[in-house]
Amino acid sequence: MTTTLTRAVERRPPSTPPPPRRRRTSWWPYLLIAPTVLATGFLLLYPLVRNVIISLQEFGLPQLVRGDARFVGLANYTRVLTDPEFWAVVRRTLVFTAVNVVLIMVLSTLVALLLVRLGKWTRLLVMSGLVLVWATPVIAATTVFQWLFQSRLGVVNWALVRLGFEGYRDYTWFADGPATFAILVALIVWQSVPFAALSLYAAMVTIPSELYEAARMDGAGAWRVFASITFPVLRAMFGLITCLEVIWVVKAFVQIWVISQGGPGQATTTLPVYAFQVAQSLQRYDLGAAVSMLMVLLLVLALLAYFRQMYRQEEVS
Amino acid sequence: MTGRVLRAVAAVVVFVVSVFPVYWMVLTAFKPTRDIQAATPTFLPLSLTFEHFGTAVSAQGFWSFWRNSILVAGGAVLLSLVVALLAAFAVARLRWKGRRGFILMVFVAQMTPWEALLIPIYVIARDTGMLDTLWMLTLVYFMITLPFTVVTLRGFLAAIPVDLEEAALVDGCSRAQAFRRVVFPLLAPGLLATSLFGFITAWNEFAFANVLIIKDQDDRTLPVWLSSFSNTFGTDWGATMAASTLFMLPVLLVFLVLQGRVTTGIVGGAVKG
Repeated sequence: MTTTLTRAVERRPPSTPPPPRRRRTSWWPYLLIAPTVLATGFLLLYPLVRNVIISLQEFGLPQLVRGDARFVGLANYTRVLTDPEFWAVVRRTLVFTAVNVVLIMVLSTLVALLLVRLGKWTRLLVMSGLVLVWATPVIAATTVFQWLFQSRLGVVNWALVRLGFEGYRDYTWFADGPATFAILVALIVWQSVPFAALSLYAAMVTIPSELYEAARMDGAGAWRVFASITFPVLRAMFGLITCLEVIWVVKAFVQIWVISQGGPGQATTTLPVYAFQVAQSLQRYDLGAAVSMLMVLLLVLALLAYFRQMYRQEEVS
Repeated sequence: MTGRVLRAVAAVVVFVVSVFPVYWMVLTAFKPTRDIQAATPTFLPLSLTFEHFGTAVSAQGFWSFWRNSILVAGGAVLLSLVVALLAAFAVARLRWKGRRGFILMVFVAQMTPWEALLIPIYVIARDTGMLDTLWMLTLVYFMITLPFTVVTLRGFLAAIPVDLEEAALVDGCSRAQAFRRVVFPLLAPGLLATSLFGFITAWNEFAFANVLIIKDQDDRTLPVWLSSFSNTFGTDWGATMAASTLFMLPVLLVFLVLQGRVTTGIVGGAVKG
């Protein structure tokens, strides 16, 4: 083996990656990837296939215990798709996603633009604040937000009362649908901005400063500069991050489940929460599986857009 | 001039909004209970106490949840490191049929919406008698971190010049020796960074821990325990925040370690002339 390798090295011009190591395909590479392929097959593909199968069966608690589920075709999908509650959940998920993603993108663009314009030390300070947020575990953040918005001792209510909003004295945020919805948006936006802002900042500093100077010489204002230089140059990057944020917000489960379990009422039930509720509380695993497959379908659309953006990004760079 | 002031104000606002929730968590954890329940909150650490940390640490099962979290996250990361290193080597250093297809598979696997697989994995765990075992959780976390580990390790490997390895081969090293003596030391920072990120992912995971560990409450992990803090601490917010702080501490340490370490792993200077 060593001799064929060294001979290949001698023949090859120095340092031209990727190296054509061996002409003869051997079974070595396949042995090396075998564990990864096997794990993916058993732990990812099989559960996915199983989810499809369950969604095509009648699968409740009795079937779970006895293991004698029978196929019912698309009955579960028909039932889910004709249920007005499902469509209410879909609408809520879309609204939730739109509100979150728009806020995340606008705020992180502003933060990134700010970072570019700050002096070295202020920038370092703001960036370390952002990294701290990034490092905060979801569960820790969720717990802290419950404490911030606590009715009697929460610091948010105290501040609102001090600012003259008497109505917020002992206000119970988590008993009100829209209020809980707003807190979840605040939490998810707070957690998501650092990644988006730091990525956009990293992309912005790659834009050659001559472009900006030329624009400024032509007398362009800040907004003109952003609209005619920053955004067009980074279009692919903006697309990429937007797609990622859409995916992350649609499948956000932990924050919602821990804070409200989809409540009060159904006010914060989005698709992943709904799928879990149906399966866990109603023990209709079949319907839950159908809902989660429909969610996967929605995500695949977002994912395809993401891959297209990534492809474009690769072409640009 | 006004622009400067405006920017400074904006910077302060961004910094405060980012840091305040975390600051408030730590501050509450150190505040005496009477200060926490005071009508007007104090915003500076004037009087501090370790009382709440004591309550959190002595809570029923705290240490076993801590141990479970470490075991599950550590096991998953070790497993995915070994498996991913093999695959990353094949992808970064060897040419073979199906390589592109394999890379695509890994990329797609990385985007898996795991939240959609809660139900089938619960059913599978139940069917195979793996429900309520830490093994099942370890396997799931292994799979969650695997694609990401393959992708990053491949990146780190590709950054190590092939010439170094070839020089070792020319000097009479075997393939394995070349890897162990030349590539591995250069790869170590990358391995560290990757495994720490994987560790954080597994350490923070809640949804599967919540679904797969049901009957045996002693087998729970920290996130699940923390999410049900009101069962443990009632309205004792000081203890709840102390527990959150303790939970966040390892993650923060990992971030600090990564800051210094990853940059030292750059091999740029290794090949000269």
